[in-house]
Amino acid sequence: MTLAQQGDRRPVRWLSWFVSDDPPGRIPLNIFMLAILLVLAFAPFLFPGTKALGVSARICIFVILVASYDLMLGYTGIVSFAHTMFFGIGAYGVAIMLAKGWVGWGAVVLGATAGAAVAAVIAALIGMLSLRLRAIFFSMITLAIASFAQIVAEQWRNLTGGEDGLTFSVPAILRPSFHLFAKPVLGITVNGPVITYYIAFAVALILFLIMLRVVNSPLGLVLRAIRENEFRVEAMGYQVVAYRTLVCVLSAVMAALAGALMALVLRYNGPDVTLSFSLMIDILLMVVIGGMGSLYGAVIGSIVVVLAEYYLQNVLASISAAIVGMPVMSALFHPDRWLLWLGIIFVLIVTFLPQGIFGRLRSRR
Amino acid sequence: MTGDVPALSTRDLTIRFGGQIAVNAVTCAFHRGTLTAIVGPNGAGKTTYFNLISGQLTPTYGSISLFGKDITRMGAPHRTRLGLGRAFQLINLYPSLTVFENVRLAVQSVAQIRFDFLSIAARDSQVRQQTQHWLDRVKLGPRANLIAAALSHGDQRKLEVAILLALEPQVLMFDEPTAGMSLDEIPTILDLIEEIKQETHKTVLLVEHRMDVVTRLADRIIVLQDGMLIADGAPAEVVALPVVQQAYLGVQQNAAAHGEALQ
Repeated sequence: MTLAQQGDRRPVRWLSWFVSDDPPGRIPLNIFMLAILLVLAFAPFLFPGTKALGVSARICIFVILVASYDLMLGYTGIVSFAHTMFFGIGAYGVAIMLAKGWVGWGAVVLGATAGAAVAAVIAALIGMLSLRLRAIFFSMITLAIASFAQIVAEQWRNLTGGEDGLTFSVPAILRPSFHLFAKPVLGITVNGPVITYYIAFAVALILFLIMLRVVNSPLGLVLRAIRENEFRVEAMGYQVVAYRTLVCVLSAVMAALAGALMALVLRYNGPDVTLSFSLMIDILLMVVIGGMGSLYGAVIGSIVVVLAEYYLQNVLASISAAIVGMPVMSALFHPDRWLLWLGIIFVLIVTFLPQGIFGRLRSRR
Repeated sequence: MTGDVPALSTRDLTIRFGGQIAVNAVTCAFHRGTLTAIVGPNGAGKTTYFNLISGQLTPTYGSISLFGKDITRMGAPHRTRLGLGRAFQLINLYPSLTVFENVRLAVQSVAQIRFDFLSIAARDSQVRQQTQHWLDRVKLGPRANLIAAALSHGDQRKLEVAILLALEPQVLMFDEPTAGMSLDEIPTILDLIEEIKQETHKTVLLVEHRMDVVTRLADRIIVLQDGMLIADGAPAEVVALPVVQQAYLGVQQNAAAHGEALQ
């Protein structure tokens, strides 16, 4: 290869380094994913309003949460139901610090770090459990541990605020009353929640790229091999338990950081928002709908499910308004039936796109 | 010096499954640079013996040593790192990884790349070249980017051998390497095993049903029956033993027929 050719390729190689030589797919798909990135990057300006901002932030946070879950489920083949527990631990880390009266960046960083550390220790213990447990028993035990965590959060009232949760103040810059610029930018007042959104966006992007690196690293190959044939991995000289434990810890730390962001965005934390089992089901749905075993699937899954949860009711309302005369149909499309329709959409996706939406897009060659 | 300590030896090796004794007090030593074939009827305990040596099973009684070091209580990963490598009887690959990735895992293991999670694996040119080398060795180079599950049965066997070679073991164990292969694919594998035996000081253990294969490759044959070692010696001697004649009467005729077909 001549120097000139190397020079030509360098920018591509350099860009490719960011996505660990694992771009979404062919050029159209790359453009599509890049468009999603840009939309998320300018979401506060493209979709003004408190609700839209909250939904965008939720998408960013769920990308971390779902991608980290996919590290275990899709890449390593570990079925855990304790992922929301780590999410909750991170959220409570920040919430407890701020609610106890120390409102400052130190409290946020310390809370997030402490949450991630606690999550890492618990995940390491759970990972080691997988040493002698068959897959199904391992899953059951994670379920039990997650339920236990939820009970602890509900009962330890003076620390966690019990079922009411904790409402707290965030650092001044993140409050709605804070305005970064005196005048609106592109018609939008850059206030605290917008800044919070950009923190969530930046952290999500960085953590996503780190996870993408992990799955394309030598270690990532071992993880996929464990999913395929654990027995053979041992016969190649790798200690499977060490890798399982490592991926549990990594995934838990990511989930805890996502939880910390959630607390900052909501300025509230309680068992229902970060520890509930229905949240665990949401994560599972996002992984499956986006596509297991490809981190980009986490992005698609998070977007589809979060948007459906927030806007399906509005869509149904407009449909039922349009067909208000028809007897059965208008009842069927009543906004209160949104969960029914969500369920139908999920069943259709799982039936016709078993490899998920992103998996389907990627395999189209 | 090297002649004194056997590459691999087992002493009174025994495993019991409930009331059934699958391997019964097998004492045997395998020396460097030799190829030993292990024969015996189905259910004689050949694969179980292999599983005990490679660490997939733990013996009820007895001991195993590798280059004089006791490995009886050691897990499979450690044994692999000490130079014990095994190809499996049933295809034992990573079906949805590519052929290249299957071998790369073994190359990474040998290169001691264990917990590197922040570099891009595909950019490690040394690992890449080494992986390509082993694939070329079994003539799978052109199929490197296929998914392992998409390979033909014979090619999957070759991949199994490429993985074993890539682990660069001192002691290689082949469990019926030609099983299920078509006749025109068999010579590739056999030539490869012969090459391994000739060009290196490696120790090879081979479980094989086909007497033509065994007599062509082996320096020595041991016979297992009902979990016990019942004969041990040079191929010509062992084949002539009445007990082997009896156990292999049917098989031997088949083998002769296959042998003709091969030529």
